Amino acid sequence: MYTAEFDYKKASSLQDALSLLQQHPDAKLLAGGHSLIPAMKLRLAAPSLLIDISKVPELRGVRMEGNTLIIGAATTYHELETNDLVRKAAPLLTEVIPHIGDPMVRHRGTIGGSLSHADPAADLPAAMLALGAQMKIQGRSGSRVVDADQFFQGMFSTALGEGEILTEIHIPALSGRQAYEKFPHPASRYAVVGVAVVAGPEGVRAAVTGAGEHALRLSRLEQALAGKPLNAETIAAACQNLLSAEGLNHDLVASAEYRAHLVDVLAKRALLRLV
Amino acid sequence: MAEKLMGKAMKRVEDPRFITGTGNYTDDMQVPGMVHAAMVRSPYAHAKIKSINAEAAKALPGVLAVITGQEMLDAGVKGIPTGWLHPGIKLPPHYAITPDKARHVGDIVAAVIAETRQTAEDAAALVEVDYEPLPAVSLGSKALEPGAPEVHAEAPGNLCFEWSIGDKEGTDALFERAYKTVKLNLRNNRLIPNAMEPRASLAQYAKASDEFTLWTTSQNPHIHRLLIAAFILGIPENKLRVIAPDVGGGFGSKIYQYPEEVIVLYAARKLGRPVKWTARRSESFVTDSHGRDHETVAEMAVDEHHKITAVRVHTVANMGAYLTTFAPAVPTYLYGCLLAGTYKTQKIFCQVRAPFTNTVPVDAYRGAGRPEATYLLERLVDVMAHELGEDPLEFRRKNFIQPEEFPYQTPVALVYDSGNYEVAMNKAMELVGYQELRRQQEELRKQGRYLGIGAITFLEACGLAPSALVGSLGAQAGQWESALVRVHPTGTVEVFTGSHSHGQGHETAFAQVVADELQIPVENVTLVHGDTGRMPYGWGSYGSRSAPVGLSAIVMASRKIVDKSKRIAAHLLEAAPEDIVHEDGKYMVKGVPEKAKTFFEIALQAHLAHNYPTDLEPGLEATHFYDPKNFVYPFGTHIAVVEVDPDTGRVKLLRYLSVDDCGPIVNPLIADGQIHGGVAQGLGQALLENAVYDDEGQLLSGNFLEYSIPRADDLVQIEHDHTVTPSPHNPLGIKGIGEAGTIASTAAVANAVLDALRPFGIVHLDMPYTAEKVWRAIQGAQKLPQAAD
Repeated sequence: MYTAEFDYKKASSLQDALSLLQQHPDAKLLAGGHSLIPAMKLRLAAPSLLIDISKVPELRGVRMEGNTLIIGAATTYHELETNDLVRKAAPLLTEVIPHIGDPMVRHRGTIGGSLSHADPAADLPAAMLALGAQMKIQGRSGSRVVDADQFFQGMFSTALGEGEILTEIHIPALSGRQAYEKFPHPASRYAVVGVAVVAGPEGVRAAVTGAGEHALRLSRLEQALAGKPLNAETIAAACQNLLSAEGLNHDLVASAEYRAHLVDVLAKRALLRLV
Repeated sequence: MAEKLMGKAMKRVEDPRFITGTGNYTDDMQVPGMVHAAMVRSPYAHAKIKSINAEAAKALPGVLAVITGQEMLDAGVKGIPTGWLHPGIKLPPHYAITPDKARHVGDIVAAVIAETRQTAEDAAALVEVDYEPLPAVSLGSKALEPGAPEVHAEAPGNLCFEWSIGDKEGTDALFERAYKTVKLNLRNNRLIPNAMEPRASLAQYAKASDEFTLWTTSQNPHIHRLLIAAFILGIPENKLRVIAPDVGGGFGSKIYQYPEEVIVLYAARKLGRPVKWTARRSESFVTDSHGRDHETVAEMAVDEHHKITAVRVHTVANMGAYLTTFAPAVPTYLYGCLLAGTYKTQKIFCQVRAPFTNTVPVDAYRGAGRPEATYLLERLVDVMAHELGEDPLEFRRKNFIQPEEFPYQTPVALVYDSGNYEVAMNKAMELVGYQELRRQQEELRKQGRYLGIGAITFLEACGLAPSALVGSLGAQAGQWESALVRVHPTGTVEVFTGSHSHGQGHETAFAQVVADELQIPVENVTLVHGDTGRMPYGWGSYGSRSAPVGLSAIVMASRKIVDKSKRIAAHLLEAAPEDIVHEDGKYMVKGVPEKAKTFFEIALQAHLAHNYPTDLEPGLEATHFYDPKNFVYPFGTHIAVVEVDPDTGRVKLLRYLSVDDCGPIVNPLIADGQIHGGVAQGLGQALLENAVYDDEGQLLSGNFLEYSIPRADDLVQIEHDHTVTPSPHNPLGIKGIGEAGTIASTAAVANAVLDALRPFGIVHLDMPYTAEKVWRAIQGAQKLPQAAD
């Protein structure tokens, strides 16, 4: 399809991007464009202006600050996939990212773009929840930090307010052993269900994507394993009926009931890899 | 002379231009003054068009015209005909733009022509169509129920035609006294072709000469010209040139005469500007003719010796909203006539009812009827073998037609030309390690792992076809092929063929054969195809006919060149023509090798005619029209090995092995590629692909986010080999290979999945074997006893 007409401006700095966003309330931020452009081609989105933030210096790169891995929101999947700091501090990301799209997508798509878009079947949100990540959000009047648990609020809906930009992702370094198990949609390769688990000294953090309106923690699983050793028996006992089918997503590929079943199976498989 | 090129795995001469992006596809064409078309398509499966208000669209700067169905009717443009008729068939009109009501989602209700594509698309969105939605029907069997919504007033009860073949009474009698029978209810899932290149058409009209040129994505430009000129626009054929340049895949979907081609031609004449239309992918999903979509009850009977005695089939074949070019042939002659397969079945009866529905038209899709026949037959054979407690391959062996029984008359009209089914099966069993696989399967089952081994033997009829025969069956077309071999004064050669290459590699494979026949370097041969302005008449490429029919015509024309060259050489060498031999690239006097003329010398003299036989025409070119004596019947054995994950129901392909027999192979690289692609496409139907309509006729799987086609990681490295049983009735003994992979692999993968599920007592599931479907079957079946039919 062909997009509706739009203007394009390239932001030179974060401030530039923020003021453009303020001047043009129906503008959209363009980073990798791999969700936005298809939506525009289908005319599901018709912004009058695209503000390109893909080259804004403050939004790019990966660094360690103390025990926190800090990722600029406009860093591409490919950069993360091949980054040694990421591999050491959050190996879960190194595992999850190759599940996203294909090499072309990963060379253009960005972590911040994916998280802000909050596709209910995207892989990264589950990883963010399991890793206990925090999102740094910048507005005209200052910045704030939001826990991943509060960031994802609904289908394509996040804690980002009008005129705000997700600038950084903060991840506690190596919080435990990590694994991701995914059942891909046979056509789109998005997650029908994807389960990310992190087993650290304070217990298991687990999260699922694809199952519901947005990625969410598997609190029933975390509680069932609290204070217990991680072994085949405890895992098998814990991975049962983790989510009720009621309210889960359903489509041509998977019913809500089947998705609920997959959550159990994939959680078990992910945890068994940590034993 | 250099080595023979027939059988050599030459790299394709087409590939450098395709992989460097320098191919020339219809959408690449730029013509001065060109403007663009966008279609207004019905969002409803079934709706009356009450009115169309195009004022807002016309007001957009750059919009040149908004064309309606009524306007084209008033201008005398006729409907799109079908090319195959059955007795009693209902032929409701199929207008390029529907003037009265929309009959499927995607049906064109208006066309916008504008200076740019962007403007045309914007304006199409502004055309206001006042629809009165009507109840719709999408499933074939539901369309035949009393009181179903009526798609066409001309087809009461929605029945387009009813067709049958075989001896009904005889078949019923054999079922009466059968030792054992099995019965399956099968749904052959609807597929969407998805050629890599979307359809596109560009029309140009020259007022001075009153001539049209149409560049279009066609597998058979002469058929397009015939239908458009003689039937739709009512213009002389010589005033329309149809060019199919590089075409990126067809699989059948580019055989047909589509509405958009008529619209751009009409608009080009109306506006005096060249008009181009290129499908968006989302348009392809709802306009390219779909494939398959059968609902079938299939039965098989055996005697006490475990010999198949009878097969009985009742099918509802969904035709969609309109009949496209060859639709009526597909679920009939290309399906019912194939139900003997490789077996000596005594009696077969097949009845087909074909309803109209509010869905995209259904026509030939790679294999066309033969995959449907193979799937049902090979499913029946597997279920029967299991019922009899026989190994499925040994049961097949017991029922094979034997090599000495060819030509073999089947009970469903076809006469098989040649075959040796057991040799191919033995080879496949040996290569795959069949016995070892069965042992492995036993072992793994004990560990709760479910391996499935699906083996099928198959046969297909291709190389369409003896013209008089298909004419007697309802074809409104000939099925011969033509070739023109033109030798230039310097001895280089152009070969004009009626076959069309849209991925098959004809430019390479056909040149190899011509180089052999003429004993000249292959670089000196250029193949020309896809242009009614350059070629003699041709019927195009489909039904695996290019090599058995198109190439046979080329061989015969080449041999005429050799014969004439001998006469010229004889004159130059002062010898008798019968004493001239054609060896080592030269024409020489038999036994006197120093008395010889090169092809260059002969070609030059043919054009100069300075020293030339007085009774011979100058020039060196030959045309041949080749009408095959029979179909050709490739065959083989395909074996798929899968594993089913009982926790998720996910099916994983572990191995795929094929032994194919398509007679002598021209280029093994290309033949192997055909098998690879065909197997992948067939596997797609078994595991992934499904065009799903809801009850309102909305296509739910109308994009690549929902409609799943195979990707590299769904496949394994395909293992394959060949046996060679030549066809006795064409010059090279060639059989077709374009569809064999697809025809075989759907059934092989299906049998493998059901074989894996046997311990759960599951006898049959419909395709595609998606994870949830398999998981649910396992969940449900574990509570049941081991169930037979």
